[in-house]
Amino acid sequence: MDELSKVISKEKFQELLKDDLSIMVGGFLAVGSPDLLIEGVIDSNIKNITLICNDTGFPDKGVGKWIVNKQVKKAVTSHIGTNPESGNQLNKGETIFDLTPQGTLAEKIRAAGAGLGGILTPTGIGTIAAEGKEIIKVEGKEYILEESLRADIALIKAQKADKKGNLVYTKAARNFNPIMAFAADTVVVEVEELVEVGDIDPNNVVTPSVLVDYIVLGVEK
Amino acid sequence: MNPKVKIASRVAKEFESGDVVNLGIGLPTLVADYIPQGIEVVFQSENGILGLGPSPEKGQEDPLITNAGAQPVTILPGGCYFDSATSFMLIRGGHVDVTVLGALQVDQKGNLANWMIPGKMVPGMGGAMDLVTGAKRVIIAMQHCTKTGGAKILDECTLPLTAKEEVDLIITEYAVMKVTDKGLVVLEISKEISKEELQKCTGASLIFPETIKTMEEAI
Repeated sequence: MDELSKVISKEKFQELLKDDLSIMVGGFLAVGSPDLLIEGVIDSNIKNITLICNDTGFPDKGVGKWIVNKQVKKAVTSHIGTNPESGNQLNKGETIFDLTPQGTLAEKIRAAGAGLGGILTPTGIGTIAAEGKEIIKVEGKEYILEESLRADIALIKAQKADKKGNLVYTKAARNFNPIMAFAADTVVVEVEELVEVGDIDPNNVVTPSVLVDYIVLGVEK
Repeated sequence: MNPKVKIASRVAKEFESGDVVNLGIGLPTLVADYIPQGIEVVFQSENGILGLGPSPEKGQEDPLITNAGAQPVTILPGGCYFDSATSFMLIRGGHVDVTVLGALQVDQKGNLANWMIPGKMVPGMGGAMDLVTGAKRVIIAMQHCTKTGGAKILDECTLPLTAKEEVDLIITEYAVMKVTDKGLVVLEISKEISKEELQKCTGASLIFPETIKTMEEAI
């Protein structure tokens, strides 16, 4: 792929979108979330999204806006408490929330990106998180078999990219972004800064460029 | 003393220098303000920080440096950032020495319920299940009773569990209680309450050893 062709506009990004997609979104309570790409999904008004994200953000911040806009059919997430609209839709049965322990969610995504079928975790043994799941004993200790989790598209946020797509993150805005870059068919990154190839010290690259399909220049915060 | 301050101050006495500590949202977050002088602990936050510092001065908040409750925090020299998988490798992998969490209910076997009330409140478990399962020590820091005076420390939790038999110590404004094979052993009791009164507001049979310290002396 021509390196320049990875850099696209928000409008071009929207052409990738359609109904019924599974979309993984980086960010933790909207810190380190790709806000411009999130807006693009709202503008496109696609429906029946399967959302995979740490949390459902806030009604006016992060992926929480998709919930308010009724674009999400199912959310695989660890926390919905900061978005009252998620609670409303859960109670009315309008949206399915697959509540997953945060560490399990991270590891299911990491496993998918690493080519693994799943993981064995002690988290959730003896709780409803284990219901309907296979329990496997290893050296006498019980673990839940949790299957790996991938998506059609990952929308991630990085601080900086070079034009090939090597990524650098900053502060607590890293969270789920680097692992999601491995776990989707199409990976779109929103960055605050775009630099020439060679401008990022290879020692500092966190996400290798080969994982990134498209780069959208967002607004600097 | 304000009960929450009392609980936080007492929890803060449980740490040793070098401990890696994760504090839950709410009352447990207060604990950071009462670490005794000379004790240096390393605070971890599940969103990917090791080495959390004090809250920033007003106007100095960095929107990209927050704790797991999205409140602004700071990072100390020697701290670091990492991704969520690494964060839970620290937590689940037994590299966190102590986690301090609140509870809706906790029982004499060390079962904990703190993430949902069916039909009423379903915020999700966040990182709590991993923390309680993975941390070497689990301390519950909470007010002894519900706002209406009901027992939160029970024979057996009735709400959906966060984890099974993982709690080590319960600290309330009235007592410090250790989870043992025989049940809940009272290690310290507040001078504000008698043994009989403590038992009365607790939904599990408490074990009172011959020597019980006064909780206020340990703060």
